[in-house]
Amino acid sequence: MRLLALWAIPFATALVVLGAPVFRGRRVPVALLLVVAGAHLAVVASLWIVPTVPVFGGWLDVDPLGLTVLTITSVLFLVTAIYIVGHVRRDPPRSGRVFAGGLLAFLAAATVVALAHHLAVLWVGMEATTLAVAPLVFLRRDRRSLEATWKYLVVSSVGIALALLGTFFLASAQGGAGRPLLLPDLIAHARELHPAWLRAAFLFLLVGFGTKMGLAPMHTWKPDTYGEAPSLVSGLMAGVLTTCAFLGIARVTEVVAAAGLASFAQPVLLAFGLLSLAVAATFIIGQGDVKRLLAYSSVEHMGLLVLGLGLGGVGAYGTMLHLVNNSLAKGWMFLITGNIVLATGSATAGANRGLIRTLPASATLLVLGLFAVTGSPPFGLFLSEFTIVRAAIDGGHPWIAAVTLAALAIIFVGMAALILGIVLGEPPPAPTGERAPGAVKESSWLVVGPVALAAIVLMLGVYIPGPLQEMLTRAAMALGGRGP
Amino acid sequence: MRDAAQIVLLLIVLSDLAILGTSRLSSCIRGLAAQGVLLGLLPVLIAPQLSIHAVSLALGTMIVKAVVLPWFLAWAIREAAVRREIEPIVGFIASQLLGALAVGLAFAIASRLPLPALPQPLLVPVSLATLMIGFIVLTTRRKALVQVVGYLILENGIYLFGLTQTESVPFLIELGVLLDVFVGVFIMGIVVFHINREFDSLDATRLTELTD
Amino acid sequence: MSGSELIALGILGVVAPALPGIAGKTKSLLTGRRGPPVLQLYADLRKLLGKGAVYSRTTTWVFRAAPVVVLVTLFVAALLLPVDGREAPARFTGDLVAFAGLLALGRFALVLAGLDTGSSFEGLGASREVTIASFAEPALLLCFIALVLVTGDLSLSGMLGSPLAAAWPRAGASLSLVGISLFVLLLAENSRVPVDDPATHLELTMIHEVIVLDHSGPDLALILYGSAFKLTLFGVLVLGVFVPRAGLSTPAALALLVAGLGVVAVAVGVVESAMARLRLVRVPQLLVGAGALALFATILQLA
Repeated sequence: MRLLALWAIPFATALVVLGAPVFRGRRVPVALLLVVAGAHLAVVASLWIVPTVPVFGGWLDVDPLGLTVLTITSVLFLVTAIYIVGHVRRDPPRSGRVFAGGLLAFLAAATVVALAHHLAVLWVGMEATTLAVAPLVFLRRDRRSLEATWKYLVVSSVGIALALLGTFFLASAQGGAGRPLLLPDLIAHARELHPAWLRAAFLFLLVGFGTKMGLAPMHTWKPDTYGEAPSLVSGLMAGVLTTCAFLGIARVTEVVAAAGLASFAQPVLLAFGLLSLAVAATFIIGQGDVKRLLAYSSVEHMGLLVLGLGLGGVGAYGTMLHLVNNSLAKGWMFLITGNIVLATGSATAGANRGLIRTLPASATLLVLGLFAVTGSPPFGLFLSEFTIVRAAIDGGHPWIAAVTLAALAIIFVGMAALILGIVLGEPPPAPTGERAPGAVKESSWLVVGPVALAAIVLMLGVYIPGPLQEMLTRAAMALGGRGP
Repeated sequence: MRDAAQIVLLLIVLSDLAILGTSRLSSCIRGLAAQGVLLGLLPVLIAPQLSIHAVSLALGTMIVKAVVLPWFLAWAIREAAVRREIEPIVGFIASQLLGALAVGLAFAIASRLPLPALPQPLLVPVSLATLMIGFIVLTTRRKALVQVVGYLILENGIYLFGLTQTESVPFLIELGVLLDVFVGVFIMGIVVFHINREFDSLDATRLTELTD
Repeated sequence: MSGSELIALGILGVVAPALPGIAGKTKSLLTGRRGPPVLQLYADLRKLLGKGAVYSRTTTWVFRAAPVVVLVTLFVAALLLPVDGREAPARFTGDLVAFAGLLALGRFALVLAGLDTGSSFEGLGASREVTIASFAEPALLLCFIALVLVTGDLSLSGMLGSPLAAAWPRAGASLSLVGISLFVLLLAENSRVPVDDPATHLELTMIHEVIVLDHSGPDLALILYGSAFKLTLFGVLVLGVFVPRAGLSTPAALALLVAGLGVVAVAVGVVESAMARLRLVRVPQLLVGAGALALFATILQLA
């Protein structure tokens, strides 16, 4: 019942918002968004405490991996909903109901992905997230966002199509062993799966879902899309969409690990991971736009996730921990960037300087976020990245650890250059008739969300609550690894 | 039934090659509609016995792929007032040769795949061929609308492969896939409409402002 | 060499000038005109044979030899075809290449004669003709390869004769594709719409007619007869694929031959009335499309 409600309520609300004439116009129904987000988080929290049974013949179910992704989705969505309250007062979107409808549909689709144990249902949900976000990317309706939306649609659609082919390959691998495409049956009968089809399925699903994640070399849509979409949409994409796409890859890795083909999967995962790190490090140097910078940072973190998955052992736990930390940190950074865009109109280095004076709260959070996202202690990402590097050394791949650390160092330099450049210095003199350069009153709605996220990421750096640790360990073991 | 299915599959490959060779957008869409009809006929032709599943899938596929999507694309063409594709990145003659090569490759690969005994052995090579040709159209054409056509051909190829797994992929999933494709193309059509308004042309190679 | 083969060849020689007439009449009727009589070409040939030829001062022996070469190559090529549906008067392994080569030789002689006149119109037509041929020849060879794969016989008599009749049930799809491809090649090699309009009077739009612009009298008669004969040869090719006559008695086979050629001519007329001539840049695409069909038929046979 709860599983049904988790996706049916946002979906039904989305349909109502998009269809009912009462919602026409530019006003965004923020109260509705807050209520749905709050209810969603409440039900998800209840799932932690009170377990549930599978529904629809096992198509939807809750397992540690899925519950982690679901929680991340729910938390980020609620924080974004709170942020939207302050955002729409300053910058209302052109069509309120497309905005709200798209967001709610996105929540429903992401929930389906997190809960799906039938791999074709997972695909349907993944495609739905792509489609739900597209109108949101395109909100500003200008040339640049048009171009970004078109590239996003074309590349994502091809990727998702390849993932569908991979799903069909998986069905071919199964033959008749167990109920088709159901995860528990796939894992139970893993040794009976046809190895050639399984390998092909793994590759196609990796490439297909990797395109949605933004792994190199399928990442080309990311900087454009994150750069042109409204910041809060980019935050949801970087925090939730990539996590859901990673879930797709993790599911097929579960099956591959259970089938004993881990030795085939690992080098592929490692290759994609290292390539993403290298690409991110290369393109971050000299970036001038904070949102594009964060997009490349997202590519880097996706590379780390896949790297940890490929390394196995404690690396799988590191990946799970990193999943949580990265999503929350990205959400935080993008929301802060949204504040900057609201205040100065752009997120580029050319238009922003001396933010510490004009937007003190946001600037502080931005700098703290810089340290968080690049993996500095005491934030949570340091712990997760350290775990992954430790897995590399433990597994006998010291050179992978070295390459990773080098990439992280380069990325830190590149990001710090831009962010510190924007934050420090003298603010540009305001043209006559504009607000005088002084501290702008920042609405608490716009700041409380990022502060909460920052607090969680900080806490996760020093102390991981017991239930969370247990959940992440169980997920890591399902992925063929072990706990810390 | 087996021969009828075989003829339908061959006609699908012919429609792929026809779409590859034409420069008129309306011919592309008519070819796509023809493909939709052929694809809709297949579930009924390859099912061992007629079932509700097969018939409803056939009907749903035909309605979406042969009627709704081509009609929508035709609307987009009318809105954008485009009639012809300009010389693509890979010329028309080269595309046709590439398409024929793709068909050959698809048959070669399919003969090497460890396939179980399928009721219709031509299904896999034709699906691979359609996939590859859809990819060729998607990547080498300049007009955004033709890229959408290429994406739809790609999806048709994957749908064909899915037909080898009719037992594993229940009707609801197929419906979900169809719906996703429909909504996807719908959104793409809207974006194409706006691209035409904004850039005054549908030439996707002009979308070069965003770069690093 | 059996009696039926010779009779079939004889029929071919007699019927050939009627085919362009049938095509023209069909086209006229479909476009609402009465059109020239079906046997017009016979009358034209008789008239031309009675006239004297005029030779330009710039031409050499090449110009005078060309019509003869064209006709001779076509007759020899006809000897290689199983016109009665069973056997050809002459056969050897690989005679399909000889067939294509003979047709190419005839075309070569014609083009040389056109260049020999030194006129720019003929040169224009010659270059166009050769370009189209460079696309049509590979397509023709691909069709032949497909037929070889279907019948397992490397000689035209086998490819279009008895083994073909047995192959239809199992290779029907490939043979249909080859047949369609051969029909497109028929249109291309015989300068029919959509490749070339035989009824145009504007030299700049001509391909075949303009090459033979300078021929007159008996030479022109030979050339016109040669064109009709070439159309008949290709008609036999198409007929051989679609209507295998191997198991029939001789009179039935011959009757079917004549009727079938008539149907092919009517089909040409229908196509001519339904389509406009293609732009010159699109003709290679059409021929590559025909080649792709033949290639697809080949792949189907290999699979």
